Parts: sequence; structure tokens; C-alpha cells
Amino acid sequence: MRVEFAQAIINAFDRTANLAFITGDLGYMALEKVQEKFGERFINAGVAEQNMITVAAAMAHEGFLPWVYSISPFVTLRPYEQIRNDVCLHHLPVKLVGNGGGYGYGIMGATHHNIEDIGAMRILPNMKVYVPFTASDVAQAMAQMIIDDSPNYLRLNMGAKISNEVSPFSAWRKIKNGTKGVVVGTGPVMENLLNMSIAGDLEVWVLSIFPIIELPEELIRSINVSKKLITVEEHRGECGLRETLSYHLMNELTTSIKMLSLAAAGYPSGRYGNQKWHQEENNLAGKGLSDALQHFIG
Amino acid sequence: MDTQLHKDLLTKAFHIKKRFLGMYKAANAGHVGSSLSVAELLTFVRFGWMKDSDEMILSKGHAAASLYAVLAEEGILSSEDIDSFYKNNTYLAAHPPVNKVKRIPFATGSLGHGLSLAAGFGIANKLKKSDKRIFCITSDGELNEGSTWEAALFVAQHQLTNVVWLIDRNRLQGYGRTEEVMKLEPLADKIGAFGFEVIEADGHDFTSLESSKFTTQSSKRPVAIICNTTKGYGWKTYEDKVDCHYLPLKDEQYDLVLDELERGFELSKSVNIP
Repeated sequence: MRVEFAQAIINAFDRTANLAFITGDLGYMALEKVQEKFGERFINAGVAEQNMITVAAAMAHEGFLPWVYSISPFVTLRPYEQIRNDVCLHHLPVKLVGNGGGYGYGIMGATHHNIEDIGAMRILPNMKVYVPFTASDVAQAMAQMIIDDSPNYLRLNMGAKISNEVSPFSAWRKIKNGTKGVVVGTGPVMENLLNMSIAGDLEVWVLSIFPIIELPEELIRSINVSKKLITVEEHRGECGLRETLSYHLMNELTTSIKMLSLAAAGYPSGRYGNQKWHQEENNLAGKGLSDALQHFIG
Repeated sequence: MDTQLHKDLLTKAFHIKKRFLGMYKAANAGHVGSSLSVAELLTFVRFGWMKDSDEMILSKGHAAASLYAVLAEEGILSSEDIDSFYKNNTYLAAHPPVNKVKRIPFATGSLGHGLSLAAGFGIANKLKKSDKRIFCITSDGELNEGSTWEAALFVAQHQLTNVVWLIDRNRLQGYGRTEEVMKLEPLADKIGAFGFEVIEADGHDFTSLESSKFTTQSSKRPVAIICNTTKGYGWKTYEDKVDCHYLPLKDEQYDLVLDELERGFELSKSVNIP
């Protein structure tokens, strides 16, 4: 999604007079054309993320629309208080962009992963989190972010490659119908499930904006009927999709249901691999995923 | 220094201190020493230096009462606002609030944010080719925060000469003396090595502060002014002691501080200005 992101921000530059771009010293072989386009409004703030976020907040106060780019944990967790105090409490339109949410940085190891970002960001005041599903979602999500006067966080990853038709970017999208259970997931990790034959039996929804404001009526109906809900996220369930969706469902469901949470548990073996390897270790891909689904829907 | 300006500043500082001492007394609140440390500095920046369109950031947000008193002196806060300090349902919390008071662009109180805010204002206004200047007052204790030094690197890298960094150097922090907790000296050398022109001033003396203003105006580099101050200045019982950071004013101490303040003010009227 990094390529799509860079192209979309270049395209937006001529249409949006107040854009500025700040990077935390990252973007080699990705942001060179952005730098060329933005000229003096491209700022490399160095490896100093706390300062970078607060600088962006003050720039937003002065009328700029700053996009702040880094690897996901370095633009969310490292400067967390700066995001809360200087950006979110003051409701400023700073656009955080985290590359490699989830296990996106694979063999780079745990310090470069981020399986707490959606949770950490979605609970901040005024913050809205955008999680594109496919590569073509990126430009559409960014178009919404540009006109959104709130702080935002954009979680970039490798776009999902699926054969299903996907409607334009929005908070909730139904990807397909099915009768044996309802899946609600977020992010490109959903491709693993959608590309399995067992997905043929499942109704599948993708959620792309946090916090959840409301649940689609159709989704509530489907869960009430099938009585089986599966959540899928390359993120910790404790603070992620599983928890926030559960809260909303408690107010909406008219029947008791069974729930299967497929989420990132961290590093069960203490070993490292590529992104797919970590997904498999956490039952988010491969045999672990298909077995878990098969066992649950019977 | 212009005699009239000097008199005006002394009068304003007197009113400002008297006002915030009353606020602290009514609220039975601490941080008195922090406000007494920064009072002349704030007074000088607001009434002796900055234009109305400039920005002032009190990074040491725990001295909020002195800032509120400055804003009352300016007519931005009413006496009803001031009377609400520390009470339930007030905008005037112990640290500057979010998005509620003119001239308080950002809530502060968590240390180490102010210089980055100034850096952001600085680069934004440099890009806009605006002549707005940003005055950032930090404590010395908050120089322990790594983010302050990140900001210093950024200000120097981008040659943000529209940022003026004033350090309230009272040599005390939350639980000890700065040189015993996290040694800052040689502070001027450190900040200078980051790329700033460093000026030292007496933070309680308007003539000295004005001299640093003139040096700043002729500088080609971003300026940091180390303002040597005394925490709890004028509160003889606890002057230059950690206690004045926390303890509220007892009745007899309040009377003594006010008496000291008034005598000092009367005396200043008869002193010739250099």
C-alpha cells in the first residue's frame, strides 16, 4: 500500500493547498517523489518522533494539514502522549500514517511490529482510525481523511489480493454471503480466510474505520440468525476488533451466540519469521486458520 | 531601558504577583514558588517584547496561575474567571486548559512539549512567510525530558530564528536541586553546541531581560536565553527551597509575602533606572 499511498499524496498536493509531509527519517525508495513534489513542505524530522508529532500539532494549529509518516509503532506508540495531548485533546487534523501495522515488518522482529495500534489509537479523543483492506482502498481512505477535520491514523500493510468484488471504501462492507456463520474482520489479513474454500459457507464483512459508530442492521440480523460470529484481526483481540464489536453487539443482539476470536496473540513460540509465518503461528493463516474455522462451524 | 516602560513593567509585575498570590491563597494550592520564579519573565515577554500577533507558550504549565494573572492584567480573563481558579466547573485548572482561553494555544503541564510546539509554530510560520514570533518558556527541570532536546535539534536544524526559547533557570526541580538530580551544567555550552546563540540574563530584572531582547534581535541563529531566577522569589520562608513548589501559603506567610512584595514595589519607585 506504500506505493498507492505515495501516489495518492502526490495527487492530492495540487488540489489541497495546505498539505505538508513529515517523515520520521523513513521512506527510502518510497517517498522520493513525494519529497520532490512537496519541496519545502516535505520535512524530515529525523529520528525524533515525540518532537515530530508535536511539531505537526502546532503546524495544524497554524492551518497546515500535516501527514506524518513512519513505521507503525514509531508513529503511534513511541509518541503516544504527544498524540493524546497535543493532537487529540486539541482536535487537530494531524494525519498519522503507520506503515506495516500488524506483523507487516515480519523478520524485522517484535519492535517493528504493531499489534496494539488500532486499540491504542481508537480510544483517543477525536481520533479516527482508517484500515484499508485492498490496495485500491488507500486512495479512497485518504480522500476521506483529507476532508476529515479530526486526527486520523492510517494503517498501511500489503493490500489483500482476493477474487471477490469489493465495493468502494467505507466503514462497513459486506464482501460475500454465507449461511454457516458470520465473519467480521479488519485489514488485509482477511485475504487468508477469503481465499479458503471454507469461506464459501460464511458471510464475510470487513470493518475499515474505528471507532465503531454503529452496526449495520443487516449484520445484526445475520448474526442473530446464524448465532455464530468469527472475528479476524492481525491485532490483539483484547483492545481490538473483538472487544469493541462485542460491546456494540451486547446492545443489539436478541439471542445468545457463539463467538470465535482469531487475533494476534504476540509471539507464542518466541521465534520470528515473515508476516505470513507470524499469521500462521497465530491461526490467522494456513492450517491453523482453516482448522479453527472448521472446528467452530462444524 | 525606557524609564516609563520600566515603571510600567514593575507595576504590572506587582499587580500580576499580587493577583496570583491571592489565587493561590484562596485555593490553598501549591506551585506558588514556580509562579514567583517566572513572574517577571512572563511579564516582560508579554508586555515588554511580544506583539499581539505573536505566540507565547508556557511549557512549565504548573506555573499556570502566573499566566492567568498575566491574562487578567491584559483583560483577557475577568475577575470572575480568576475567582474560579482551582474550583469545580472552572476553565482555569492548575495547568493551562485545552482550547478555552485566548493566548493559550495548547494545554501544557506534561513537561517537554513546549519547545516542540514552538518548533511547529516556528516552521509553520517560516513556510507561510509570516513574521509571527514564538516565545517558549520552559523550566530547567524539564530539560531532563529527551523531547526538549529533540526540539532543540529541530529548531537549530531549520534555523527557526522566529523561536525564542527562555529557560526559567531556578535550579530546583520536583524532588531536589537540578545539579543533584540530573546535572545540567555546563548548560550554556550544551545548548550552544546544539546550534543556539545562548544569552544569560537575570530573570527577575527587566533591564537584564531587555538587554537579552536586543541581543536576540541582532542574532542570526535561534536564541536560547538562560534566565537565572530564584524559585519562590520573595517568599522568604521557602525561597530557593523545594518546599515552595508544593506548599500552599499559610495566613501569616501570605501576609509576609504580600508585605515583602509591597515594600519591594515601593522601593523600586525610588530607584533610578540605568
